[in-house]
Amino acid sequence: MENRFRILFLTAIAAVTMLSSGCSSLPFFGKAPDTEVAEAPEQVIEPEVERREIKKPKIDTEDFEIGAYGGLMSVEDFGVNTVVGATLAYHFSESLFVEAAYGQTDTEETSFELLSGAAELLTDDERQFRYYNASVGWNIFPGETFVTRNRSFNQSFYLIGGLGSTEFGGDDLFTINFGAGYRLLINDVFAMRIDFRDHVFDTDLLGEAKTAHNLAAHLGFTFFF
Amino acid sequence: MIVRLWTIGITILLAACMSNAHAREYRVVEVADPYLELHTGAAKGYPITNVVERGEKVEIIRRKTEWFKVRTERGDEGWVNISQLELTLDEAGELLEIESVGRDEFLTRRWEAGILTGDFSGADTVSLYGGYSISRNLSVELWASQLLGNFSTGWIGTANVVHETWPEWRVSPYFTMGTGVIRTEPKSTLVSTPDRTDQVALVGAGVRAYITRRFVLRGEYKSYVVLTSRDENEEVEEWKIGFGFFF
Repeated sequence: MENRFRILFLTAIAAVTMLSSGCSSLPFFGKAPDTEVAEAPEQVIEPEVERREIKKPKIDTEDFEIGAYGGLMSVEDFGVNTVVGATLAYHFSESLFVEAAYGQTDTEETSFELLSGAAELLTDDERQFRYYNASVGWNIFPGETFVTRNRSFNQSFYLIGGLGSTEFGGDDLFTINFGAGYRLLINDVFAMRIDFRDHVFDTDLLGEAKTAHNLAAHLGFTFFF
Repeated sequence: MIVRLWTIGITILLAACMSNAHAREYRVVEVADPYLELHTGAAKGYPITNVVERGEKVEIIRRKTEWFKVRTERGDEGWVNISQLELTLDEAGELLEIESVGRDEFLTRRWEAGILTGDFSGADTVSLYGGYSISRNLSVELWASQLLGNFSTGWIGTANVVHETWPEWRVSPYFTMGTGVIRTEPKSTLVSTPDRTDQVALVGAGVRAYITRRFVLRGEYKSYVVLTSRDENEEVEEWKIGFGFFF
């Protein structure tokens, strides 16, 4: 069908060319059919010169992890209290990540203050224990936790350690922290974390210089983005 | 405080659910190697529970560090390592090019930030910095350091000019000079002496080493002159080490 149309069309064009070139000057006559016929099919079958546009959607990268936590913190000599904090981490490989954290807790009166009934050692503001730190974490023992027969969550343990500063008792103290934790991935973007950390600093708050260990245990939820 | 944290948490949760809710388009690649291994999680330790054969197509859903979550034509999902995914063919039939940050990006970086720690004349110091590269050799940096000493604590804030002589070296030395202020606060357990704020001037030298991806290791030494209101100026030495990342 298409062929028949093409023949018909070409014949028509050839006829028109013959007629029109007949009216034109002689030297053109010999050349005309060639060029005109060669051009004709181009008009009939339009070649697809337009390149197909290839869409390349961006791949979503989730190397940052932001979260909040709450738990208990024992501040040496000043009791055990609720601690809350926030973290921001960057994972630069499957096993290594860096994390910045800020947390704070209230502290209680020391046993001495309570028993002696003497004047308080610290003001209310000095009693607030605030810390920030930067740490490096190392994921170890990746695995799966089977919650039911058909449901499992990915998880891994991590070791973490770093340094920072603690504001307590009217002073800023250079603080080293280290500990370990457990990260359970609820799905690809949410995780639950259980973290045990020791915050160590040198203090002379109670008159004698000593190294204080402040242990914290907290539960947190994080979001990868 | 706890209530506020929970509110923030729930907001993040909702935002995340919403961002997951609307359908999005993913990149589709064709397996060109004999097969593609799918792990159950984004690390080498997770087991391989599925393979995709040559010629089959997979959608790339997301990336976590060096791992990519993919979905097969049958609907199975799993994590593929970058080394295998780089051998797949993209929509145009060419080897998939994965955006990665390397030394080229390091050499053409504009912004850099990081954290360092060390010793400031006997006091521990924690420093944060942010820098902007004017050219490959020259950059400007702002530093904020917290000083945590046995007798006093304090802050230093400085503005610096940094010259890197051979930026193309993997471990590259640099020279710096700057000025700023130092604030010293004697410890509360000591007899009270007034807090002081003085001007400082500094010169220093250090090395910057490119590690991987967006990370650099930095170590430096700085010599400060504290312009005190007393007759004599104080000279203080500082060294520190830490890491930075560029973007």
